[in-house]
Amino acid sequence: MTDAAEALLRLEGVYANIGRYRILHGVDFAARRGRVTMLLGRNGAGKTTTLRTIMGLWKARLGKIIFDGQSIAAKETPHIARLGIAYVPENMGIFGKLTVRENMLLATGRSGFARQHLDRVLESFPALRVKWESPAGSLSGGQKQMLAIGRAIIEQRRLLLIDEPTKGLSPAMVDQLVAALLRLKREHTTILLVEQNFRVAEAVGDDVAVMDEGRIIHTGDMAALSTNHGLQHRLLGLSMADSL
Amino acid sequence: MSRDWLKQLQRWAPYALTPLVVVAALPAIGLGPWVTLTVAGLTMGIMLFMVASGLTLIFGLMDVLNFAHAAFVAVGAYVAVSVLRPLAGWTNEMSLTLNLAALFVALVSAAIASGALGFVFERVIIRQVYGAPLRQILITIGALTVIEQLIVALWGPQAIPLPKPAMLRGSVFIGSSSIETYRLFALCVGLAVAAAMHLFLTRTRLGLVVRAGVEDREMIQSLGYNIRRVFVGVFMAGTALAGMGGMMWGQYQAVVGSQIGDSMTILVFIILIIGGLGSVGGCFIAAILVGLTSNYVGFLAPKLALGSNILLMALILLWRPRGLFPIAEHH
Repeated sequence: MTDAAEALLRLEGVYANIGRYRILHGVDFAARRGRVTMLLGRNGAGKTTTLRTIMGLWKARLGKIIFDGQSIAAKETPHIARLGIAYVPENMGIFGKLTVRENMLLATGRSGFARQHLDRVLESFPALRVKWESPAGSLSGGQKQMLAIGRAIIEQRRLLLIDEPTKGLSPAMVDQLVAALLRLKREHTTILLVEQNFRVAEAVGDDVAVMDEGRIIHTGDMAALSTNHGLQHRLLGLSMADSL
Repeated sequence: MSRDWLKQLQRWAPYALTPLVVVAALPAIGLGPWVTLTVAGLTMGIMLFMVASGLTLIFGLMDVLNFAHAAFVAVGAYVAVSVLRPLAGWTNEMSLTLNLAALFVALVSAAIASGALGFVFERVIIRQVYGAPLRQILITIGALTVIEQLIVALWGPQAIPLPKPAMLRGSVFIGSSSIETYRLFALCVGLAVAAAMHLFLTRTRLGLVVRAGVEDREMIQSLGYNIRRVFVGVFMAGTALAGMGGMMWGQYQAVVGSQIGDSMTILVFIILIIGGLGSVGGCFIAAILVGLTSNYVGFLAPKLALGSNILLMALILLWRPRGLFPIAEHH
């Protein structure tokens, strides 16, 4: 699927544990520059662990994680973030006691908000403008997800790691989120997206990597997977068919 | 509609608790002593806040249970003794300016000494026990004993007098109520510290990082902030505040012993639990509440005074099991 030269992020034989339990068993895949790579798989396949390991929140026991030519497997999380990798966790990581503005401000550099980036975020997610000075804890689930993604793109980032952004959202909210992701895709933002909703994966994904039991069992084009129902069934099983 | 009303009530009730206690105490106590006790309670509360606020942030940010916090209270008080001794000429002069200048020098010295010791303490002791609560408890209790014994070795085993400055002795009268002048001074200092802390936490980027870190340590690191470095600063500031609180408490009692901080420890932990772990605002309200309750109950039912704060904590936990203003979701 991927030429090494095109890969912005590459994982080679990554093993990771949570406590005594080994969750990742030699994960190999790459996320190409300017493309949206979908990381799919059943619950418990190791998708979230993969994102957290890339981010340095859990340490890789073995293997390489290469970001733009440099190894980041042993780096601390703040260092990885400062390389230009933004992370939107499954629980969104919103600071509920802080206002929407303060949540956003934390993701900006020392000089604060850059006008054009702020305009872009508020254009994509108008609800945030209305709630600008409200505590983030008072937002709805969908608004919190918008804030989480808005915070990730309030500065120019080189890679976005997004974990199940549509989980628990209403269909209307999912559509709004997909529109925002498509906009990021048009701007050639490199995204590694974990998603259980296959419809969303089809809509935004360029490339796909499928995980099972802590390993990558398939990589390829998202378009090819979305037209091959047999492969979908074999790789993703009934749980994915349910979300169709 | 009624659900909204209930939600609003639940949200604002913790704020109303302290004013309700103050108002409810008035008819039971009578105006004259009520004014005296209220000022005494506020003063006690604000001094407890100075000690407890650092501890709540230390716990909220890194889950560190520092039972040695009382040692920094003692260090602050003893440093103040040593600084004020050569400044006796200033403190005994009937000049408010000289008195305040001496207290300012002592307060800053206490803060610097406790903060510097806090820096070393974090590097040498706390850093080794991150994420290990049982080891934290054991090692910090041990460190408390060691520091207190070092104080005894340096300053001697006898309690040392720490007299109030000349202009802050005695009382002023508001109507028929007598109020100790030093209490008013301590109240002003405490409020100034609380206001500075509030401004720091709400108006600065670093304060924002601290507040966010208390809520979600992982996420703040994922945004590129080195929480360990922030924590060292918070630990130093927390211990510096404890030192200032120790100096104020020592002068309030007019005598300093090596275990001066121990007497505050139980109250400080009660305040942390009542306020909600990690919440500076909650800590402020809880400290005032504990100060007022101690004074009111001590006057109305002296036999209940010792247990009143534990009873208060139990009642609040029955109402809100995570304290009045819980913040740190990860605990």
